[in-house]
Amino acid sequence: METKKEPIIIINDLHKTFGTNTVLNGFNMILNEGENLVVMGKSGSGKSVMIKCVIGLETPDSGSIFVMNKEINRLEREVIDELRTEIGFLFQGSALYDSMSVRENLEFPLRRHTKKFGKIEDTTPLVMEALESVGLANAINLMPNELSGGMKRRIALARTLILKPKIILYDEPTTGLDPITSKEIILLMKSIQEKYNTSSIIITHDVDCAKAIANRMILLIDGINYIEGTFDELNASNDPKVQAFFK
Amino acid sequence: MIVSFRNQYQKSMISKFIASLKSFLIEVGEISYFAGRFFKEFLFPPYEFKEFLRQCYYIGNRSLFLVGVTGFIIGLVFTLQSRPTLQEFGAVSWMASMVSVSIIREIGPIITALICAGRIGSGIGAELGSMKVTEQIDAMEVSGTNPFKYLVITRILATTLMLPLLVIFGDVLAIYGSYLVENVKDNVSFQLYFNQVFNILEFSDIVPATIKTFFFGFAIGLIGCYKGYYCKKGTAGVGKAANAAVVYTSMLLFVIDFIAVFVTNIFYKM
Repeated sequence: METKKEPIIIINDLHKTFGTNTVLNGFNMILNEGENLVVMGKSGSGKSVMIKCVIGLETPDSGSIFVMNKEINRLEREVIDELRTEIGFLFQGSALYDSMSVRENLEFPLRRHTKKFGKIEDTTPLVMEALESVGLANAINLMPNELSGGMKRRIALARTLILKPKIILYDEPTTGLDPITSKEIILLMKSIQEKYNTSSIIITHDVDCAKAIANRMILLIDGINYIEGTFDELNASNDPKVQAFFK
Repeated sequence: MIVSFRNQYQKSMISKFIASLKSFLIEVGEISYFAGRFFKEFLFPPYEFKEFLRQCYYIGNRSLFLVGVTGFIIGLVFTLQSRPTLQEFGAVSWMASMVSVSIIREIGPIITALICAGRIGSGIGAELGSMKVTEQIDAMEVSGTNPFKYLVITRILATTLMLPLLVIFGDVLAIYGSYLVENVKDNVSFQLYFNQVFNILEFSDIVPATIKTFFFGFAIGLIGCYKGYYCKKGTAGVGKAANAAVVYTSMLLFVIDFIAVFVTNIFYKM
């Protein structure tokens, strides 16, 4: 018998407006432990804003977000920083620090998390482990401008993994990559999920990516959770708004 | 008809002026808030000492050559331009005194600060702006590092401490440039020239001029960081941030200079 998985992120009635543009208008969502949840929606529909609210980069106008039973908007900065060691975030453009080498990029998140890891005298084993898990151990001394788009995305993923997070938020992980590199990134995401047993929210436009990785999907339309289900359930829907994503 | 057109034109001009004034005051308020946040956060740990030292080296080193060359040339040109006038009054022997007071009190600090506004201020604006639009600042926040402490406080402190050193370096080379002209034209010895320089300089020349350079450095770091940290509108915004950093800083430098001279005059007249 399959054990019931606990919710790890709960979003209730989330609202967010920029000027006169309402992007989230009562969005609800639950992410369960060990689950890959894909959120799809049109450009500008508020998908990225939603995951930025989850990690505290954006403050919602109203509504609540619970991450591992802690309400993110009511936490002190120090507590949020501690909680962020449990949440990895893969940015759309990789967001590698371009003045730092790959090694320094990976070491950077470790510097403020001595509570979780203890004082780290030598970070090399941790850096190497993270780089090996994305298959780029030989890139350790390169600078970001020496890397291809796919390599940057992998290094960014390694930087996310170095804190050994329980949750990973992917913001359009395959956008801007060629189909072959996209497939490699998707396989990498799946292998990371299996190896580290992470829970993930994946924001994407890429139907192939969604099909390959989603345990469950949500369509974010008009600022709300318009429909949710498995890939096959949504693909079989007769709703024209839903079908528009799968054609 | 003409009167109504004129009234409309006047109204539109007034409303444009009010809108510009409003946005200017909002900007001033935001910069003041940013400065307040700097003072609030820089006192408390964690301290980013390593990054601060790196910025000191980077900011000082990056401008050293330019400040040195500019200072040296200003010394040469200033002396060459002043010479004919002083000769008319038979006062060439006052050259060293005049050059040293002018350079130390005013020309050295303001020229060096303007060069640094162009070199360092725009560099900081562009660097932070590019980090902002490529989400590197967000990535820093997510990794548990306070980007304000890591990026802003270190840079403002570094410019505040490095600018006085750059000004001193520029002043020395400017006076040396002036000495070279005097040496070539009148065969004035190094010892005589520098004796004249130090004989004329007083405490009231050096200290206020040095103190104001700390404020110049603070302004350069503050505006560069502010413009970069709140950069918007993608890569075009990065260029705008760098440009605005130079324009705003240059304006602010003259305002600070005026206030510094005003305050100095009050103190030394008492």
